[in-house]
Amino acid sequence: MGAEEDKKLIIDTLKGKTTKTKFYLKDFNKMFPERRPREVSKLVNEMVAEGLLEYWSTGSTTMIGLKGAGIQHEAEDSDQ
Amino acid sequence: MAKRKTPMLDELENGKWPSFVSDIKQEAEKRKTSDIDFQTPKEVCDDLLDLLELSFKDREGHWKHGGVAGVFGYGGGVIGRYCDQPEEFPAVKDFHTLRVNQPSSYFYKTEFLRQMCELWERRGSGITNMHGSTGDIILLGTTTPQIEEIFWELTHNLKQDLGGSGSNLRSPNCCIGKSRCEFACYDTQEACRNLTLEFQDELHRPSFGYKFKMKFDGCPNGCVASIARSDMSVIGTWKDDIRIDQEAVRAYVAGEFKPDGGGFAGRDWGPFDIVKEVIDLCPTHCMAWNGNKLGINNRECNRCMHCINTMPRALRIGKETGASILFGAKAPILEGAQLSTLTIPFMPMEEPFNEIKELIGKIWDWWSEEGRSRERLGELMQRKGFAKFLEVCEVKADPRMIKEPRSNPYIFWKEADIPGGWERDIKDFRKRHQK
Repeated sequence: MGAEEDKKLIIDTLKGKTTKTKFYLKDFNKMFPERRPREVSKLVNEMVAEGLLEYWSTGSTTMIGLKGAGIQHEAEDSDQ
Repeated sequence: MAKRKTPMLDELENGKWPSFVSDIKQEAEKRKTSDIDFQTPKEVCDDLLDLLELSFKDREGHWKHGGVAGVFGYGGGVIGRYCDQPEEFPAVKDFHTLRVNQPSSYFYKTEFLRQMCELWERRGSGITNMHGSTGDIILLGTTTPQIEEIFWELTHNLKQDLGGSGSNLRSPNCCIGKSRCEFACYDTQEACRNLTLEFQDELHRPSFGYKFKMKFDGCPNGCVASIARSDMSVIGTWKDDIRIDQEAVRAYVAGEFKPDGGGFAGRDWGPFDIVKEVIDLCPTHCMAWNGNKLGINNRECNRCMHCINTMPRALRIGKETGASILFGAKAPILEGAQLSTLTIPFMPMEEPFNEIKELIGKIWDWWSEEGRSRERLGELMQRKGFAKFLEVCEVKADPRMIKEPRSNPYIFWKEADIPGGWERDIKDFRKRHQK
């Protein structure tokens, strides 16, 4: 699979989740069981840099989701 | 004075100890009269005090959980903090924390500290925490638009980078090392700097299921407490014998040198008693004093450092120095607090530190593959067993990894390691054992 296809798979998988908007790195590893986890984390970080995904952090743990999806800090009551 | 009364916070100013409440009040007052071109609300410290007072009154926190704050290209170093009462406390509506990578061993020029404080008063709250538990400079409280501005000034003017947060490698930390300390068995500052540069990607972007900390102690005195506070503890040690200057030992006994470098001088402890204060306190009982000569059975020494600390002019670390590498310390979330476990008894610590880098790579690969989300390396080691961990590190079990027989329950034999495997000849067995 090429990089663009990998990114599409990630975006499609995240869009297909209806109950969750933020994911652990481990969840992305499950999408590519044949890949080394550190290759997957590099891909995810690249997608963040491209503005496709975004980090969400508590300070101790980092989660990753589609950019703008889910509860944003200032928009808890909005449809986002 | 804060806008509102803060009677509960004021209680925290009582007593003889320094008070963070007094410090914040001082900064609040300063901001009112300062001519600094503030880029953040002038009332930030007032609102912070009032918000904290409300939290004490309500008996619950008023910060939201987590956020998306950060600088472009980084996935760490900024911790988003948002207040859940923004209308009442607009100056702390967003109050983000920045973690800034500290210089090795905290060597600062006053010029740097002045520049940093000026930057943080202008673009932040003026409140700092020097230093956080991981070692970083903690800058507490700025607004979202200021984050990139601060990052630019930090990196361009102060030549300082952000530290780690979230599921990243955290800023590596080291003791004062060879710059000031005769006990340092390797150059902790160089090791810390070298590995910080090597693992920039892991430091700035989340690469793991949870945090990973590494700390460098130059000797077993452990001034950065790496054994308790880091997933990978690198602790200086030596292979050969403790160097003894017998004449200096006799001088200590004769009272010519003060023990402990003159420490504990606050009261009269009487004349130095080498047997009571050194020989009998040796944890492995490997020392002897015959009234004229000190003897050490170095094979039994477990590097407690007590004798060297007590008589530093007479005893010195050995000449063949390096480090022991331990893994898995953590604070209590699962299974309680845990100290690091000795994994590599001795590793030379010379530039370019390839051996330790290779070891880290193996461990990160395993942790990323097998670790659960939010599982620290120490928890994975417990879950999978130490034998598995040794296999990952490609090292053999060694008696030095075990404190005492039968107290480390996580060594299991594999069939391949047993001559003849698990199979046995039952007839042969019955010849010697009746049913």
